[in-house]
Amino acid sequence: MTHSAIELPVTPDDRRIARLAALALAEAALPSPLPGVKPGLANIVVLMVLLQYGWRAAAWVSGLRVLAGGLLLGSLFAPGFWLSVAGAGVSLSVLALARRLPSRYFGPVSLSVLAAFGHIGGQLALAGAWLLPGAAIIKLLPVFAAAALVFGTVNGVIVARLLAAPTSDRRQSLPCTLP
Amino acid sequence: MLIRAGDAGVLLAGTGLVIALTVFAWGGDRGDTAVIRAAGRVVETVSLTHARTFSIGGPLGATQIEVEPGRARVARDPSPRQLCVRQGWLTQSGQAALCLPNQVSLEIRGRHFAYDTLGY
Repeated sequence: MTHSAIELPVTPDDRRIARLAALALAEAALPSPLPGVKPGLANIVVLMVLLQYGWRAAAWVSGLRVLAGGLLLGSLFAPGFWLSVAGAGVSLSVLALARRLPSRYFGPVSLSVLAAFGHIGGQLALAGAWLLPGAAIIKLLPVFAAAALVFGTVNGVIVARLLAAPTSDRRQSLPCTLP
Repeated sequence: MLIRAGDAGVLLAGTGLVIALTVFAWGGDRGDTAVIRAAGRVVETVSLTHARTFSIGGPLGATQIEVEPGRARVARDPSPRQLCVRQGWLTQSGQAALCLPNQVSLEIRGRHFAYDTLGY
């Protein structure tokens, strides 16, 4: 019996990203009060990763979450998957710009709200151009925008609290206490 | 400090955006139907759901009417002063574009009618 194994070198960084992406997937198990409106708990993870490990790691976590979500939930390459891709893509682009804002004035709450608007904006833009080219989506805009504002704020506050909490084993890259 | 100065600004701007979108999407009475008349008679009643174009004949020639999701306009008209063309896109219930020389009119209707009847 021959034993052949393909060894893929895995760095601790890779493991960490995989763990965080899996954590971000957990939200899919939660029921949603309104189709399309979700608390976006995954964004908490992505934002934490962004603030602690940088944009590249956040992009990996977000991309892996979308891909693994598509695989696990059976929606790979279905319309919902592409909506996720569009939302995550725009959200990450917004974050890439927003993280350059001076952190003295713009904390996690700003990033979270901007990312939430980017997320819903990307999804609705794709849905409007591809799935529902019609006036119907205009009527839904205020609902989605309000949800993005509320959940973005809540998630941002959660991230700010998590970052401010002292942790012994995790390195803290961003001091969150202000004079 | 959970919410910093800039965060408050972002939250205010976000609230403003939500309010603006609400007014834009739900304010007024967006029409859902276009009624096209020629010489006073209704020739087409179209819902504003997908893009279509109509060519309506009149005494001067053909009037082109363009329907898109949520809006409609007179795209081309043989009238000399082009008043109905210059009105542009119509979105609200009760709005109308009249091409009088060619006797073609385009009217938008929604759930509520702003007027019982219009005479022109």
